[in-house]
Amino acid sequence: MLTFSWRLLWRDWRGGELRILAVALIIAVTAVSAVGFFTDRVDHGLQQQAAELIAADLVVSAAKPVTPAIEQGAKALGLQTAHTIQFRSVAIAGEKPQLVEVKAVSDGYPFRGELRITDAAFTQDRATENIPASHEVWAEPRLLQMLGLSVGDSLQLGAISFTISQLLTYEPDRGGDMFSVAPRVMINLDDIAATQLLGQGALVNYRLLIDGEQAVLDQFRKEIKSLKLVDEKILSVSEARPELRVALERAQQFLGLASIISVLLAGVAIATAARRFARRHFDSAAIYRCFGATQNKIILTFSLEMLWLALIASTVGVALGLLAQAAISQILDKLFLTSLPAPTLQPVIMGYATGVILLLGFAMPPLLALRQVPPLRVLRRDQVPVSTRSWLIYSGVFLSMASLLYWQVHDLKMVVSVMGGMLATISILSLAAYALIRLLATLRQRVGVAWRFGLANIARRQSDSVIQIVAFGLGIMVLLLLSTVRNDLLDGWQKSLPEDAPNHFIINVQTDQVKGIQQFFNEHGVQQPRLHAMVRARLTHINGRRVSSDDYTSDRAKHMITREFNLSPAGNPQADNVIVAGSWWQPTDHGKPLISLEAKLATRLRINLHDNVSFDINGREKVFKISNLREVDWQTFNINFFTVVPPGVLDDDPASWVTSLYLKPEQKSLIAPLVKDYPNVTVIDVEVIMSQVRSIMDRVTLAVEFIFLFSLLAGLAVLFAAIQASQDERRYESAVLRTLGARRSILLRGLFAEFITLGALAGLLAGFAATTLAWILAEQVFHFPYQFNPLIGLAGITTGVLLVGIAGVLGTRSVLSQPPVVTLREGV
Amino acid sequence: MDSQQSSGFVQAIRLGKQVTTSEGPLVILDDINFSVPAGTSVAILGASGSGKTTLLGLLAGLDVASTGRVMINDIDLGELDEDGRALLRAGSVGFVFQNFQLLSGLTALENVMLPLELASDSKPKEVAKDILSRVGLVERLHHYPSQLSGGEQQRCAIARAFAASPEVLFADEPTGNLDLTTGKRIIDLLFELNREQGTTLIMATHDEALAGLCETRLNLQGGRLVQ
Ligand SMILES: Nc1ncnc2c1ncn2[C@@H]1O[C@H](COP(=O)(O)OP(=O)(O)OP(=O)(O)O)[C@@H](O)[C@H]1O
Ligand SMILES: [Mg+2]
Repeated sequence: MLTFSWRLLWRDWRGGELRILAVALIIAVTAVSAVGFFTDRVDHGLQQQAAELIAADLVVSAAKPVTPAIEQGAKALGLQTAHTIQFRSVAIAGEKPQLVEVKAVSDGYPFRGELRITDAAFTQDRATENIPASHEVWAEPRLLQMLGLSVGDSLQLGAISFTISQLLTYEPDRGGDMFSVAPRVMINLDDIAATQLLGQGALVNYRLLIDGEQAVLDQFRKEIKSLKLVDEKILSVSEARPELRVALERAQQFLGLASIISVLLAGVAIATAARRFARRHFDSAAIYRCFGATQNKIILTFSLEMLWLALIASTVGVALGLLAQAAISQILDKLFLTSLPAPTLQPVIMGYATGVILLLGFAMPPLLALRQVPPLRVLRRDQVPVSTRSWLIYSGVFLSMASLLYWQVHDLKMVVSVMGGMLATISILSLAAYALIRLLATLRQRVGVAWRFGLANIARRQSDSVIQIVAFGLGIMVLLLLSTVRNDLLDGWQKSLPEDAPNHFIINVQTDQVKGIQQFFNEHGVQQPRLHAMVRARLTHINGRRVSSDDYTSDRAKHMITREFNLSPAGNPQADNVIVAGSWWQPTDHGKPLISLEAKLATRLRINLHDNVSFDINGREKVFKISNLREVDWQTFNINFFTVVPPGVLDDDPASWVTSLYLKPEQKSLIAPLVKDYPNVTVIDVEVIMSQVRSIMDRVTLAVEFIFLFSLLAGLAVLFAAIQASQDERRYESAVLRTLGARRSILLRGLFAEFITLGALAGLLAGFAATTLAWILAEQVFHFPYQFNPLIGLAGITTGVLLVGIAGVLGTRSVLSQPPVVTLREGV
Repeated sequence: MDSQQSSGFVQAIRLGKQVTTSEGPLVILDDINFSVPAGTSVAILGASGSGKTTLLGLLAGLDVASTGRVMINDIDLGELDEDGRALLRAGSVGFVFQNFQLLSGLTALENVMLPLELASDSKPKEVAKDILSRVGLVERLHHYPSQLSGGEQQRCAIARAFAASPEVLFADEPTGNLDLTTGKRIIDLLFELNREQGTTLIMATHDEALAGLCETRLNLQGGRLVQ
């Protein structure tokens, strides 16, 4: 039985019956395992490098200097400690300002992993045990490129001028590019005070790194647990870098979804090819029955044959997937981690499972019909098996898709919504394709003979045509969305901002610097910016009840409850705020403990109008009454706060000030003197951040596009499967037509007409769908007017015509090359 | 008859076949009675459309009778289900079809191997080669049916039918479509195998020469046996 099914596989392969099935399988398995290999590598990298990723076995992290008692406790147990301080600031070289991410480190850093440095750009780097010496800075190579500096030059950071002594090429706890907005500069912790960069309210991350024996570390953990710390967070190896994990999970889902589209299309190709395979095997099945094969034996034989095919194709797919993941790793180079471990076996299993599930789910239902072929068929050809019930086919397909999808995204809710979304999209596209085909049929009388022949073919094989249009439409639509529409959306959003929308943020301003900074801009012809004070506070109670992240289920709410709020005093609301409940305070209310909350935050934290909320401000508890709820448009770059209080309430508390302002291009040169005068102030250029975001987005998109390339290939497989299914019929027809005197060139033009039309319809549909989706995204999700781009439709049609036209004619041309006598003698 | 004890004994008892068509019920076979002792040969004669193929199909268990019974080795085919009949065929029945029914995707050798493979024979290739050389096709083992002439295809089909050494061989017009000499060779071949393996031969034909060689002749006319 096993050997027989093997032989059958070989015989059918030789006859060309299985090629489309195999190719479609390979495409799907390649796409899935490529994504699998990549995310698996990042995942394992995270696990293996967990200790390195926090540069220690245990880290205490806080927004203020870590409570000294903690370090004393660690030292008392004989544990080793080191410190790091990280924040963003503006460095100046000559007159050029540049946002940098400063990290000040103490001796001993890092306990896990190593620093790597080099003396000059593009030379081999080396590991070092040292840290920067006093007044020396180690800079990431790209900073030198950006500022046109070289090793030995000086770099101003706050009040100190540093000498660039080394290029820093690797830092264990940096993570991937995704999390580094600006280039890194590393200095010695001893220099930090002298820079005067750490003013009140600056966004700073203080870390205490701890190293020692695991048993001692465990004991230490217990001890600090009893301290009931609120400001400090403990990071251990097992929960290192949650942000990386979240990003990875997102990437996994996104790439997984992208690969699932190829799987779906491959499935369509497989189902089409399997239908033909089954039909062509009615005779074999009948003969098997005549020779005494039982129904079960027949179905077992064909199942085994399919299983072999699935295993072989999956092997090829997994091997190609390994190559393809190298391409993804290249594209997303260092986005997550700076180095990735070798792939493991898990994605291999996944690849095989995809192959087997896909083939069984999509091919078996049509093949089940072979079971029912009556032996009488050998005597009377009209005996065909009762067709397999369509619910069986559809549920097979549905189940296999759902299970594969679940495996990709690990999220039942997502599976339901994606399946629903796909179903809806496919139905709408199918309906539209159907309507277009009907419309075309009416044109038939008005075109020449070749075109009439082509259009007739589309209309005659109506359901096949619909499937092909939808398959290609989907593929092209996604590519359009990713390429043109994405840029349209970004541009549209930027255009929707007013011309003079703020393009710079100034943060970390100290109370005694406010006047000076306003004056500075005044003197240089910039409209005097309004600075907003903010005081850091931690939410402790709602209506007298202590809050804890356990009270909330959503991650957003959990995150909000643990972060620090910035309470900002204001006499009037920002112009674009809308009060949705309660009312804004009167001048007579100033100095009263009232508070205005952003409406979405209030909903998320389940806080209502007139509730009382307590904040811990610098160790003192203060109770505020909710006086109103506000809606805020966060998309403008105006300064807005979740929590606003009346003026006069927080006058005694240390505040830091922020503002945003618009600088004309020629005014950007003001930043350097400003930072020179006020070294602790950080200026953030929105455009620089945006281009950083854009470049990350570009890379992620490229990776996703790469995966979607497989869905186009799968679309081609659908086309070829359909062509193959109609091949016998086409061959016979063209033979008849040629004996009737039709010239080859006319038939060839007919084929062109057919496939160009199919491609154009698919492209048209894709352009239309992509535009609609973009419009919905712009108007409904992001709330800005969408600029219609007629080029999208054109791009869609061009892609469709070229792709389908060429592939279709290539696939069917052989029909014309055979002498008609041969075809007619063989019959159909 | 003593041959009732050995295998290859075929009986038709009040056999009838009716189908419903768009123009109402159609009687194809009516009240057919005969028995064929094991190892003998029978010719079923009749004009085109008289029901020969239908009768052979019923006898081989490829179709079910509307009335009456078919017994092979005293087993009533009507009491078996479709799979049961398949298993019976696997053990005892061979069939040569009117239109050969060679699978076009398989070579001559593979076509002949097929019944052996389905019966899980341990050496299908050797047996198939052997029998193909018996029918004079040893040179054409790896040719596809489309590359064989009609007579060669017929011989290949006979080789396939004999491959699994059936007790009963049904042949539907084994010499139809063939010229005289080729037809003669096919007939010789069939009877040779009949003698060697003791196979019961039941053949539908309108070839008088072939019928003359058979021990028994049955005449079908409009679905009934006539003397
Ligand atoms: N399922 C069916 N439905 C309708 N008519 C049938 C069916 N099966 C057989 N017939 C008819 O029964 C008659 C006998 O058919 P059969 O094939 O047995 O004839 P035959 O004697 O083998 O003829 P030939 O010598 O041409 O092969 C024919 O008229 C045929 O059309
Ligand atoms: Mg007949």
